[in-house]
Amino acid sequence: MRLSDAPKGANAVVQSVSDAHPADPIAQRLRDLGFVAGEPVRLVARGPLGGDPLLIQIGSTRFALRKSEAARVDVLVDGAA
Amino acid sequence: MRIALVGNPNCGKTALFNQLTGGRQKVANYAGVTVERKEGRFVAPSGRTLHILDLPGAYSFEATSPDEAITRDVCHGRYPGEAAPDLIVCVADATNLRLHLRFVLEVRRLGRPVVLALNMMDAARRRGIAIDVAELSRRLGVPVVETVAVKRGGAKALIARIDESVPDIVPAAIDQASVEQLHTEVRSILAATVTTSRDTVAIDDAIDRWALHPVFGLAILATLMFFIFQAVFSWAEPIMDAIESGIAALGVFVTGFLPADSALHSLLNDGLFAGLGAVLVFLPQILILFLFILVLEESGYLPRAAFLLDRMMFRVGLTGRAFIPLLSSFACAIPGIMATRSIQDPRDRLTTILVAPLMTCSARLPVYTLLIAAFIPSRSVWGVFNLQGIVLFTLYFAGIFSALGVAFVMKRLRKDKSEHALIMELPSYRLPNVRDIGLGLWERAMIFLKRVGGIILALTVLLWFLSSFPGPPDGATQPAIDYSIAGRLGRMLEVIFAPIGFNWQICIALVPGLAAREVAVAALGTVYAMSGSDDSVASQLGPLIANQWSLATALSLLAWYVFAPQCMSTLAVIRRETNSWRNVAVAAGYLFGLAYLASLATYQIARALS
Repeated sequence: MRLSDAPKGANAVVQSVSDAHPADPIAQRLRDLGFVAGEPVRLVARGPLGGDPLLIQIGSTRFALRKSEAARVDVLVDGAA
Repeated sequence: MRIALVGNPNCGKTALFNQLTGGRQKVANYAGVTVERKEGRFVAPSGRTLHILDLPGAYSFEATSPDEAITRDVCHGRYPGEAAPDLIVCVADATNLRLHLRFVLEVRRLGRPVVLALNMMDAARRRGIAIDVAELSRRLGVPVVETVAVKRGGAKALIARIDESVPDIVPAAIDQASVEQLHTEVRSILAATVTTSRDTVAIDDAIDRWALHPVFGLAILATLMFFIFQAVFSWAEPIMDAIESGIAALGVFVTGFLPADSALHSLLNDGLFAGLGAVLVFLPQILILFLFILVLEESGYLPRAAFLLDRMMFRVGLTGRAFIPLLSSFACAIPGIMATRSIQDPRDRLTTILVAPLMTCSARLPVYTLLIAAFIPSRSVWGVFNLQGIVLFTLYFAGIFSALGVAFVMKRLRKDKSEHALIMELPSYRLPNVRDIGLGLWERAMIFLKRVGGIILALTVLLWFLSSFPGPPDGATQPAIDYSIAGRLGRMLEVIFAPIGFNWQICIALVPGLAAREVAVAALGTVYAMSGSDDSVASQLGPLIANQWSLATALSLLAWYVFAPQCMSTLAVIRRETNSWRNVAVAAGYLFGLAYLASLATYQIARALS
């Protein structure tokens, strides 16, 4: 499941980050910030307008990611197959 | 020895720098406060002089913004005119090691001597985070010291370690590790050295539940902003009255010793007291505005506001990140424009720079306040709000909405439509430090007073000369100023500005206002004092223009100041930050055009209605 589609408050584990196009700087930055396979993440809140951006917790850090950015992160949500 | 401070954004490098050097660099609670390299020095206990470089925060050497690129280049020894540092002090937030250790590993790979400073150790202990420092040091192969940069003496261990000896260079195990390998290493180090009771701070969760709530979050933000503008108007009033009467009394006292018709009497009374006094009374309002901005900066709320507004700002071609530079621009556009360096996307950055002058800076406050106090009745609306406060709020919003409009037009004109990034860290909340806030206010007061004593004084005296000479011919019937250079210049400009309702006195005031907007008020004070028959000083400027101007003229001048590009320093900073005269011309041109059109519409509509 894409992180941007994850339900609010659910715990999930990062599977991979995919490049939206070759040499995607946004995907690279996400990996630098710790979005790598095996990291637990949680969608804490959604922005007030159109549910964008998303507040993502990874470790003890919170990041605001736009939906299009979070869509690059593939996650496995706990309790969902 | 040259030492560089590096680390992730918002880990406390600048606070540490201030600790080491006794400096007073700006510290706040959001990523990207430091956008330039800053240098300082201190003498270590051993007597050696150490040069310290404070560098902008970086998440990675894969730089994605201009400020990150500075850090990368200095660390690699590629920054022009800057030798590579002899020692790198890598600063990491002890409460956020999972993120920060990765960059530490990247820094270690540079192959230069490194000391790791575990900062915010006090906060880490409070949160129940236990770190095995000795084991961490062994695993990393670099010395590790604990610091609390915001406390006096919190950098003692670091100073002692730096002074001792330059640590050996650890050869990197792998030369070109992949991102995944770095994270794997971080995870294994964390597992062996850090025990945490919980991931987040309960208080952050609790506040964020409300502050980031889709409905309440926006309501809180709007209330907060409205409250600030009300406070600027109502809290400052008693202090302003006191300053006003103090200056008036001083003027009467000082000029009482001089013959009433001498040139010196006129210079002091009409130039100095009428001019400077008119500006000086606005110090309380500027400080109240700054108090709020500093508290918001320190608390960590600003990135939350950016989160709430990102969607809206993105729609019009900006980014949520632009919120912080734009909010600083309410104080002054110059630091605001410099703060745009933390915006990664060059397109977002340019748009933010070009609309920053539309945020009503504190220098415009004197003009607004003067006109509002003179023309808008002070009466309460719905029992709670003051009509004057509401007008001020409206003026600020006129600036904000036009900024959104301009950004939207720029977005439409832009050819490159590829994706813009947000990716912004939201820091933990922090109680603002009273000492830092006090220092910030003190500095702002000094900057204001220096401007008053420097450029504003010089221009006011110059204007007094221009409006006093040449003197009137014998048998003149008009006030002396009508025959002076300034009077003639004003009449020439009046031709251009008559359609928007400006009289020649306003036209004169606009010219020195180019150097600093506050001068326009000082200049009006001088011009009216010169043309008046009685010895009117600053405090009477309001009632005086209330008598002489039509409401349409006053509203037109207010509209003019929402847009007018009357600030040379802002244009100079745009030139420096974008390295392009074209952008300066675009900014000055569109601001002037908007100002003229807005004033024209305001004046003609107001006249038609009255």
